Amino acid sequence: MQPGSIKKPKISYLNPGKVLRKESMAKTVCALKIDNLSVEVEGKRILTDVDLDVPRGEVHVLFGPNGSGKTSLIMSILGLSAYRVTSGKIWLNGKDITSLPINERVKAGIGVAFQNPPIIRGVKLGDIIRSFVGEGPDAEKKEHGLIETINFPRAFLERDLNLGFSGGELKRSEVLQVLVQEPNFVILDEPDSGVDVENLELTGKVISDFLKERSALLITHLGYILRYVDANLAHVMINGTVVCSGKPLVILSQIMREGYRWCEKCPKVKGERCELGEKPRL
Amino acid sequence: MRARGKAAALGPDLDLDSFSRETQSWSCCPVSSLPMDITQRSLDVGIRSDEEGRAATYFQIDHSVIYKNIEKAFEGKVEAMSTKEALKKYDWLRDYWWRLVAVDADKYTALAELRWDQGYFFRVLEGQRVTLPLQSCLFISSDNLNQNVHNIIIAEPKSEVQIITGCVVHPNVHKGLHVGISEFYVKEGAKLTFTMIHNWTQDFDVRPRTAALVEDGATFINNYICLKPVKSLQMYPVAYCKGVESRVRFNSILYGSGHSYLDVGSKVVLQGDGSRGEVVARALATDHAQIYARGFLVGEHRKSKAHLECRGLLLSDTALIKAVPELLGKVVGTELTHEAAVGKIAEEQVQYLMARGFSEADAESLIVRGFMDISVFGLPDNLRNQIGRLVETTTERAL
Repeated sequence: MQPGSIKKPKISYLNPGKVLRKESMAKTVCALKIDNLSVEVEGKRILTDVDLDVPRGEVHVLFGPNGSGKTSLIMSILGLSAYRVTSGKIWLNGKDITSLPINERVKAGIGVAFQNPPIIRGVKLGDIIRSFVGEGPDAEKKEHGLIETINFPRAFLERDLNLGFSGGELKRSEVLQVLVQEPNFVILDEPDSGVDVENLELTGKVISDFLKERSALLITHLGYILRYVDANLAHVMINGTVVCSGKPLVILSQIMREGYRWCEKCPKVKGERCELGEKPRL
Repeated sequence: MRARGKAAALGPDLDLDSFSRETQSWSCCPVSSLPMDITQRSLDVGIRSDEEGRAATYFQIDHSVIYKNIEKAFEGKVEAMSTKEALKKYDWLRDYWWRLVAVDADKYTALAELRWDQGYFFRVLEGQRVTLPLQSCLFISSDNLNQNVHNIIIAEPKSEVQIITGCVVHPNVHKGLHVGISEFYVKEGAKLTFTMIHNWTQDFDVRPRTAALVEDGATFINNYICLKPVKSLQMYPVAYCKGVESRVRFNSILYGSGHSYLDVGSKVVLQGDGSRGEVVARALATDHAQIYARGFLVGEHRKSKAHLECRGLLLSDTALIKAVPELLGKVVGTELTHEAAVGKIAEEQVQYLMARGFSEADAESLIVRGFMDISVFGLPDNLRNQIGRLVETTTERAL
């Protein structure tokens, strides 16, 4: 079995200790563990029985067509209030974070680079950066170093958050915020969309370097970021659930060839998960 | 004087006879020698009693001018005195008096003419770039007093100046009426940045009447901040961009709390070739406050352009914000735009900041403080830092 691929926990009502032991084991190996997660937004089911493990030190990729639930999964991991968990659990580094407020999840180690961050007038990007690095000469030095690393104009620190940023600037701003946050579990929602070639290379290398000793879940549509980031495993989401897991480049090349129609051909999609990486079918 | 009984078009009508005209006369003295309760209050509206970092100072308490001073380095560059003194000194000033604001506009302009209680005259001489701000304070020390000031501000050609004005009441004052007539003349190539901070009290009424004339290549920036409760405040300053390539910008930050009634607008009339205007208003309402944030852009010249932006943030279900943007194009080729939004703190923004580790309360506080951001005011560093701190302190107290 591939690292990270999982079996649904068999809950024994006669022997709850078994479940506990299983969870306890998960705590020792998984940076992120999602068990049987179902989520609703305004009464509408958007995620169904999602199972996902990201072991410590691994980078996993999430593929899926538009509207398949990728961003919803991220928002649910982060705990946005509109995303109501109806069943299942989310574990981060062995800690059950399912009911924690967003900022507590962040304290527990999650850092997210959003796909479409909101504009917040009057709040400066520098306010956020300084809330992590602090004030003073050392902090300033660190701040400067990080900004240079991501090739971000210093003037942007004094601009209203995300106001008038180009697509590429938005992505770099998000990555910059995750860099200063230093999370142990990184979630990147399409860090490669809307970024020009030069900055894609730069951002890709920065992300790659940053993820060397971290765990991550990465959403990408076209997989450009995978030129720079070595991912251990990829998952495919269809209709709000993870239907397939496998080798990232194998799955990506399949998506590039056939789109997501190939999932429909997969006999396991409707019933079980298709372990493409384990049993290449195509 | 038929205007004595003429109610204003906007705002609650006031019974002028209910306010007192009786007050003690204050004798002249240095601002630094004033009692602490006055200097501290003045500092709350940006007026420094030590005069540090100020080019000139004018200080009026009730109906008395108690102090005027020009720092040595700025003598011969600026003039600062009461308007009564200035009218005695300069015959030509009559041409500027009630030229932009109509004396019979309403009962408040009539009152200011009939019961005129001084006011300041600031003039920056031609070609002078005054590096430090001029400051003026209009202070009210007696309860239920009516104070009517008439101010004239002239930026002569190619001059540049910053002015900060603070209007404030003594802690023992609970009610009263302040009427302020202000006429600004920004001449060819001049730049005038005017910042006014009001700190009133819950039962106080305020009726400023302001107009500005902006000539060729001149720029007028008018910043207004109201942070404390007030019974009723109604004003609708107007700037006439008469000159070629003239520029005007109105920025206002309104914080309505308690039972405050704020009816504040800004009007820009584009009359010059290439003239530009911008109106930016931020209104924040809590408790039972009512805020009417108005804006009116009038395009009277073919190559003119103006934009109006009004944002309102409601922090209470019992508060009210009404944004009233109006655009009037009179000729082909004028370009007028507006955007207005009123709502509560966006959950999306709060959650985004929580995803950066802020608690919900801290995230909301950061958003509100950001909403009250004064970086758009175009102030020099020292003034921006000082006023920024004032706004921040008030916002933090409110939250």
